[in-house]
Formats: sequence, C-alpha cells, structure tokens
Amino acid sequence: MNLESFLLMRHEVMLTIALLIILIAELSTEKKNSIINLSIILMFITTIVGFFPVPEGTLFGGMYQTNHMTVLMKNILNIGTLILFLQVAEWIKQPQYGNKVSEFYLLILSTLIGMNFMISSGHFLMFYIGLELATIPIAALAAYDRAKSISAEAGIKLILSSALSSGILLYGLSMMYGTIGSLYFTEMAGAFMSTPLQTLGFVFFFAGMGFKISLVPFHLWTADVYEGAPINVASYLSVISKGAAVFILAILLYTVFYSIAPMWKNLLYVMAVMTMTVGNLFALRQKNMKRFLAFSSIAQAGFILLGMIDGTSMGMASMIYFVLIYIFTNLGAFGVVSAISVATGKENMDDYNGLYKTNPSLSLLMMLSLFSLAGIPPVAGFFGKFFLFTSAANSGYYWLVFIAVINATISLYYYLLVVKAMFINNNDHPIAYFKSGFTTRIALLMCMIGIFVIGLYSPIYEFIRMFSTGM
Amino acid sequence: MIDFSYTVLILLIPLFMFLLIGLTSGKMKPALSGYIGTLAMSVVTLLSYYTAYQYFFNRPAGTEIFEKIVPFHTVWVHFTDTLYVDLGVLLDPISVMMLVVITTVSLMVHIYSIGYMHGEKGYSRFYAFLSLFSFSMLGLVVATNIFQMYMFWELVGVSSYLLISFYYEKPTAVSAGKKAFIVTRFADLGFLIGILILSYISGTFNFVELTDPQGALITQGTSLTFMGISALTWALTLIFMGGAGKSAMFPLHIWLPDAMEGPTPVSALIHAATMVVAGVYLVARLFPIYYFVVPDALTIVAYVGGFTSLFAAVIACTQTDIKRVLAFSTMSQIGYMMLALGVSGYGGEHGLGYMASMFHLFTHAMFKALLFLGAGAIIHAVHTNDMNHMGGLRKYLPITHITFLIATLTISGMPPFSAYFSKDEILVAAFEHDKFLFFIEYAVSGITAFYMFRLYFNVFWGKSTHYHHTPHESPLTMTVPLMILAVASMFTGFIPFNDLVTSNGAAFELHTDWSVAIPSVAIGLVGIAVAWIFYKKQSAIPDKLAVTFKYPYKWSFNKFYIDEVYLFVTKKIIFNRISAPVAWFDRHVVDASMNGISWVTNAISDQIKGLQSGQLQKYGFVFVSGVLILTFAFVYFLFN
Repeated sequence: MNLESFLLMRHEVMLTIALLIILIAELSTEKKNSIINLSIILMFITTIVGFFPVPEGTLFGGMYQTNHMTVLMKNILNIGTLILFLQVAEWIKQPQYGNKVSEFYLLILSTLIGMNFMISSGHFLMFYIGLELATIPIAALAAYDRAKSISAEAGIKLILSSALSSGILLYGLSMMYGTIGSLYFTEMAGAFMSTPLQTLGFVFFFAGMGFKISLVPFHLWTADVYEGAPINVASYLSVISKGAAVFILAILLYTVFYSIAPMWKNLLYVMAVMTMTVGNLFALRQKNMKRFLAFSSIAQAGFILLGMIDGTSMGMASMIYFVLIYIFTNLGAFGVVSAISVATGKENMDDYNGLYKTNPSLSLLMMLSLFSLAGIPPVAGFFGKFFLFTSAANSGYYWLVFIAVINATISLYYYLLVVKAMFINNNDHPIAYFKSGFTTRIALLMCMIGIFVIGLYSPIYEFIRMFSTGM
Repeated sequence: MIDFSYTVLILLIPLFMFLLIGLTSGKMKPALSGYIGTLAMSVVTLLSYYTAYQYFFNRPAGTEIFEKIVPFHTVWVHFTDTLYVDLGVLLDPISVMMLVVITTVSLMVHIYSIGYMHGEKGYSRFYAFLSLFSFSMLGLVVATNIFQMYMFWELVGVSSYLLISFYYEKPTAVSAGKKAFIVTRFADLGFLIGILILSYISGTFNFVELTDPQGALITQGTSLTFMGISALTWALTLIFMGGAGKSAMFPLHIWLPDAMEGPTPVSALIHAATMVVAGVYLVARLFPIYYFVVPDALTIVAYVGGFTSLFAAVIACTQTDIKRVLAFSTMSQIGYMMLALGVSGYGGEHGLGYMASMFHLFTHAMFKALLFLGAGAIIHAVHTNDMNHMGGLRKYLPITHITFLIATLTISGMPPFSAYFSKDEILVAAFEHDKFLFFIEYAVSGITAFYMFRLYFNVFWGKSTHYHHTPHESPLTMTVPLMILAVASMFTGFIPFNDLVTSNGAAFELHTDWSVAIPSVAIGLVGIAVAWIFYKKQSAIPDKLAVTFKYPYKWSFNKFYIDEVYLFVTKKIIFNRISAPVAWFDRHVVDASMNGISWVTNAISDQIKGLQSGQLQKYGFVFVSGVLILTFAFVYFLFN
C-alpha cells in the first residue's frame, strides 16, 4: 500500500475514517447534538473529497478497480447520504431513540462503505462482501424503532428475505465459477455462452440483484419493510441502497455479461414491464404514505431498467442521470413525510387533507417532488424520464416505451391523489402549522434546488455523458 | 473585438428581480418592491445604453458594416447532433436598438408606476410582473435562434395576460386578459407551425445561419410545395400570422382595444411600445428570407399593414374612451411599420423601408408611451376614461397638457418632431414601391392628425366640465417620466438611423424628398384644422355630421362589428356545429373508454392484492417460483 492506492480508494478510506471518528466520539461525549453535527460535517467533507480528480486504476491484483464513472456514482450516493443526514437530525433527537444515536450513523456509513466496495469491485467475492455489508446493517436499521413491534417485524422480514436472496445469488455465483473457473471480472468477461447451467447461474444471480432493486416478483418485502422501518431508513433503502444496486447491476451487465446481452435484454424487458405495472397497480390503493412511496419506488425501478436495456453509453448516462434526479426527488418526498411524521406522528394520506392551508411551503415541495416522480415538465423528473425513454426507443424498444408511457399515466393518477388531498380536499382539522428544524429545512431546500436545477441546467447531463461507458 | 459578455446581465437582473419581488411580496413592504424594482431597471437601462454605445460608436476600426455578434450562448437541450436548442444573446443593430427602446420605456413605466399605482392592492405583484415582462421581452429581442424567440414570445404573452387581468376582481379585466391570451395564442399556433416547417427545410434554428444572404436557405430555397405554393411561403406566411397576432394586425387585432382594461402604465409599456411591435421585429429579424425567397409573403405583410393602418385610423375617429383611441392609433402606427417592411428592398438605399420601419418603431415607442402615460395622468386626475366627461383640463394639468401636446404634434407628423422624420421615410419608401399603398398612407396621416387633435381638444379645451373634485397635477414621479419622454419625442428624429440600423448593416445616404414631405405635412395640418373647427369650442358640427353619415358613423363607432363577427363564428358556428358534437363524442366515447380502462386497472389492482399478504413464507415462495419460472423460460427459449 502506498499513498496513491489510498487516493484511488479515497471514498472508502474517507468513509471508514468518518466511521472510526464517530465511534471514538461516541465514547467521549454524551451529547446527542455533537454526534449529529459531527456526522453531518464528516459526511460533508467526505462528499467534497470525493470530487477531487484522481486517476483511474486497479488495486489488490484486480480485486478493486476504479474509474471516472464509478467515482461519479459514488459521489452521487454521497450527496444523497449527506441530504439524508441533514434530514434525520430532527427525527433522531426524539427521546424514544435514547442517547446512543451514533448507532444509526455507524450502520448507515457501514452500508455506504459496502456499496462503494461493491461498485468498485473487480472480483465476485469482493462484490459479495460489499453486498452483504450493504444489506445486513440495514436490517438492524429497519428494527431501529425498538419500542414498536412493527419495526422489529420489518427488521426480521428484511434479514430473512435477504438471506434467501443472498443464498440464491451465491448459488448462482458458484455455478458460474464452476463453469468458468474464475471469479475475476476481467477473466469472466465474454466467457458466458448461455449454456443451460450458465443461464441458471445468471438468473439466480439476477434474482439476488432484483431483490436489492425490488424488481417484481422479488419485491414483496419492500412494502412491509418500508412501512415498519423508521421513515428515514425507508428513505435510505428506496434511494441510496436501490441506486447503488442499480449502478452495480448495470456495470456488471455491461462489462461481465455482455456476451449474453440478448438474453439479459429479454430478461430486463420482462422485469421492466412487470415491475412498472405491478408497482403501479399496488400504489393505486395505498393509504399509508410510506407504503405509497414504497410502491412508487418499485414502479420507478421499472422505469430505470429502460435505460439499462439499451446497453449503450447513452443508456448508461440516462440511467445515472435518472438516479441522480430520483435521489433528490424521492428524498424531497420522504423528507416532507418525515418532517410531518416527526412533528405530528401522522403518516396517512387522509391526514394530508388541507395541508396547503396550514403548511404551504411543505405542500409545495411535496407537490414538486410528486410532479418530478410523475415526470411533469419543467421539473427534473420529466427530463430524467425523457432521456430514459429516448435511449430505449433508440434501440428500437418501442413497445416497451409505449407500456412505460401508459404506466407513467397511471402513476400520474396516484401522485395527483396526494396533491389533491393537500390542495383541494377540505378538512376541518388539518395538520397545524409547524416549523421544521434548521437542518431539515436545509435538506428540503437542497432537494428543491436539485429538482429544478438538474433538469434545466443541461451541463449536468453532458457531464454524466462524458464519463458514461456502454458495452 | 469588444467583450459583450456582460449583456447576459441585462436578462438575468430582471429575472432575478421577478423571483425576488414575487417570492417576498408577502413579507416586503410594498413601497420597497417598487423602489428596488426601479433601481434594478435603471441598472439594466444603463447596461443597455452602454451596450448600444459600444456597439454603434465603438466598433473596431476598419469595419464597414455592423456584424452580428453572439457574445454568449449555451446549448440548452441537446436532442441529437442536428436538433438542439440554444439559449444566448445575439447583438445586431435591431436587437441593440430594441434593448434601448425596451429598457427606456420600461424604466419610465417603473418610475411612473410608483406614483400611479400608489396604494393599490397588489402593488408588489405589479412590480414582479413588470420585471417578468421586461425579462421576457428582452429575451425575445436578443434571441439567437427562432426557438428561443418562440419561448420568450410565449412568456411575453403570459406576462401580458397577467398584467391585463391585474385587477382580477373586475370581470371585464379578466375577460380582456383571456381574450388577449387566446387570440395571440391562436396566432402563435401559426407561428409554431411556421417555425417547424422553416427549420425542417433549413435544418437549423439559428438566426445567423437562417438569414445569411449567402447561406444555404436563401441561395437554394426548397423544392417542397404544398397546394401549389412553396413550403417556404407557407412557413413565412404562418410565421407572419404569429407576428400579426402579437402586433394586432387585422383581423387578429380584436384583443388590443380590450387590453386597455389593464393598468395604464401597462398599456404604455406592453400595448404601445414594446410587445405589440414584436411582430414587426419578427419580420425584420427574418427579413432577408422574406425578401430573397418569398416576396409573396412580403406583399401580404405590406397589404395587411396598409389595410390595418387605415382601418384602425377610421375607427379611432369615433371612439370616446381615450385609451381606446390610443389603442387604435397604436394599431394604425404598427400598420405603418409593417407596410414599410413590406415595401422594402435589401441593402443600401433599397433598404429604405426597413430602416424607416425600425426608425418609426423607435420614435413611436417614445411618443406613444408618452401619450399613454399622459392619458394615465388624466385618468388619475378625473377618474374616468370617457372624453365626453372631460374638458378644459389645460388649466388644471399644465405639465400633462404641454407634454401631451408635444406627443400629439409628433404623431401628427409635424416637423421637427421625431415622427415627422420616420413617417416621412415610410412614405418615401411606399412611394417608390407601390403608389396605391402610398396614397392610403397619405390619407391615414391626415386622419391621424384629425383624431389625435380631436382627442386633445376634447380633453384639454372644449366645454369646461364640472368635476366632483378639482383635478390636480400628478406627483413628480409621474410627471418626470412625461417630461423625459417628451424630450425624447422631440429629438429622437435627429438620430441618423440610416447610418446605424439598416437592412444589411451598411450605412447609406439619405435624401429628403420634398415632393413627399411637404404634402404630408400639409395633410396633417388639414387634419388639425378640421379638428380645431369641430372640437376646440363646443360645436354642433360633429353631431350633425354623425347624423348625416349615420351608417358610416355607426360602423366606425362599433369597430366595423369585427368583434360580433368573431362571436358569431365562434359561438354559432364553431361551438354549436363543431364543438358540441365533439364534446358529445368526448364525453360518451373517449371519457367512457377511459373510465372503463381505469375501472379495469382498479379491478386488477384489487384482484392481485392477495399477493402482498404480509406472510414471509409466501414471499419466499413467490421469490423462488419467480426464479425457477424465469430459468425454465430462458432455457426453453434458448434451446428451441
């Protein structure tokens, strides 16, 4: 190890240092606020350091590899986590979470380290360790609300489901290893021949990833976990964890599995149609805001596959761009739900009736986020969907785009239900006016700016395009 | 090269002010929003003047013509390598001139409104909208490409709509706003189609490429035809339709008189000096294409302009609402500008009409803004728009009186005021190109002098009316803009436009054609004299004439029933014969099938809810079955 290798893996190193500092700080102080502020500052520094330009390269004999695109992905995840840290500050100060708030930050940072290793891995074992590191702590986080049995249920459901999916994924990997004889990406690349055994291995592997991205039919855990877990954990799961899984799946499909592209394209086609449709059909009937956002995020994952199916650098760019927008948008929506939940404890759609009269700025941000999720111009979500659809149409998947457009219309219906509740429905006792804390407001403001600027300021897309690579 | 990149601030400052005033309107003191809006506008005005100075008088040595400069541009949306939309700033003689016009009038209106809108409800909203309008209009004139222009064109339409219906509690104001928006929007449909055809043929949105006389579009044209007429003629005629809508050319003029429901400063800014000349500006912007490729469309422009100027002048003679008289006079004057473009050639002295049109646009902006702001001062003093309830006001409003007189003399084409020069050039251009149009315009200048002095005498002389409150002169914030604009109306005629704003950017020699100038002044004097006899003192002649020429009078008074024709066509024909069946189809077929689809969607959603049972063992079962089904499916398909 020398200095240069530290620079190459600076994301992971910085996160590990941040984690250790919080661990030590925990021992030396009893004050919640210092831990909270320290975590925010450390995350901020990590995010900034991530943007320093350094060369591409590989480490540990090819186990670890990094390039401009993976750096970009990690930076996007860091920004999302930073916003999340700002959002949770007020929630975690509540008395029921006791004095040991550092647990939350430690667990989040461990999963983020896992995701970063996963994205940068050059070997399937490294990938698998990253995947587990990114999954198991989240189960602990889902059960963070110790006083509530529903939270414990969420934790146990997540750990059991992920055990099942990890098992299947590992089984798939072992079959690949058995037929190819190596787990290095560089050696496996192009070695797939779509023999029955390799097909079996690939589908198993894909199911494991589908579980992380909550693709239908591997999505069933999602709604229960989101509903039971504390809202900010659900938000983290739906945004950062899903984003990371989407990134790594795309990288693997493009670099390792490119020789069986026709097969995984068909697979993605089927998955995209099922995921969009089923996600939407379930989202239609949700009354709880967390479940509602859970199904909406399932449907959004279906849309993301439209960018992945293309296989070109443009498809990759449109996918990264969409995930970036999705992070800001979904954190905006979850942020509002979280702020209301912290202030009033209410989480049902009916509680939002007449919200505009008492809390106009929150309602406005919620509306913008939902418009962005639905893809209404001029907010960023429109441009995100637009580029996804364009890239899929470019490769001739017109029917898929058609189905996606129909699904976007259906999604508009349920997103507008919430807008209608806030702006049109009458309510004699709407949620009273409340003022959110400073950090929450900063986080929501960041989301709002992101929702506008990312869509309208085109150099961002050009920047992503510059670093994206296809097959 | 001079660095013009600061010009992007001319756009950004008003945009920022709109956001600032609009977002803080509830929290800021209303008076403050007026002051900071005005302050920001003065900065923008100074920047524009500086730009004009740099562009016109500080050009690099040795250059003969004014080049088109693009100091700032960025690719906004990148669809493909050939299809992309830019945003940027284009400086050429006409856009720089428009910067000066817009910022000057806008600044005057900002200052004037501090007094005029004082104490009104929604004072800061007014200033926010003024900033939005200034931003949109400035963005329109500096657009580097036709798509950017179209976007700002629509923004201008929106802000005009917002300002016309500013008094949104007044039903007439609301319907006037809607009327303006719908009519101009309808015209913009033509504009959009025209843009699409034009860019389809040329493969670019960019003005510099489109209007280059050596460029591909102009030298090659197109072989595409539609219904026997060249596709480019269609495109340019449709684009002119958009321009005619914004510039209130017959028959799309019906929104302008109603737009007078907005606050008077708005009428001065939008419906006299800036937005309504956007159509003229559009034709001027694309002038090389009109001239070289589609002369037919240019003839249409000339005749529509000529007809509108006569038509509006005749109506203005019988109107009694002072703002409406001015509105029709605006239409008439814009008709002049269109006509001048329509009869113009390209390059040097042939481009006389082009230069005259821009010249008249400039002088008209000054004196028409002055007339409107003066009318605002009058209305402010007597609280009515109807000139029958006015008279003898010269004693009460001395400053308004003098400045209004200057503006009236200017519009009547009296030397040495500015419009004398600009109108004279238009007449010369028409004389050289088309004698018929020349005689129409000749008559119109007489009618113009008549109706403007009718207005002047009725308001400031004539019978001495009894007022409930003694009218008093307006505050300084209102009279200072009047005085500044009066000075501008008097002296802008001496600006050598032939050296600065010409069709190809090169200066040319200008000769005064006395054989045209002297008769045009003479007919103006005749118009003034007739008005003097009729209206200086209370007299029975006008009423007698109205009785003698009962039908012409009635037709003119009712604006030739164009509004009624529109109502008949829309209500009786379109609504009853076309819309009603379509609505039936929409309700019973389209809506019904959509309801059916949503019912099916909901039903399916209900059917599959069992999948989400909450039982983990079922989840695992679905997971594993999913994996197995997918595996078998793929293996099966791969080996068959």
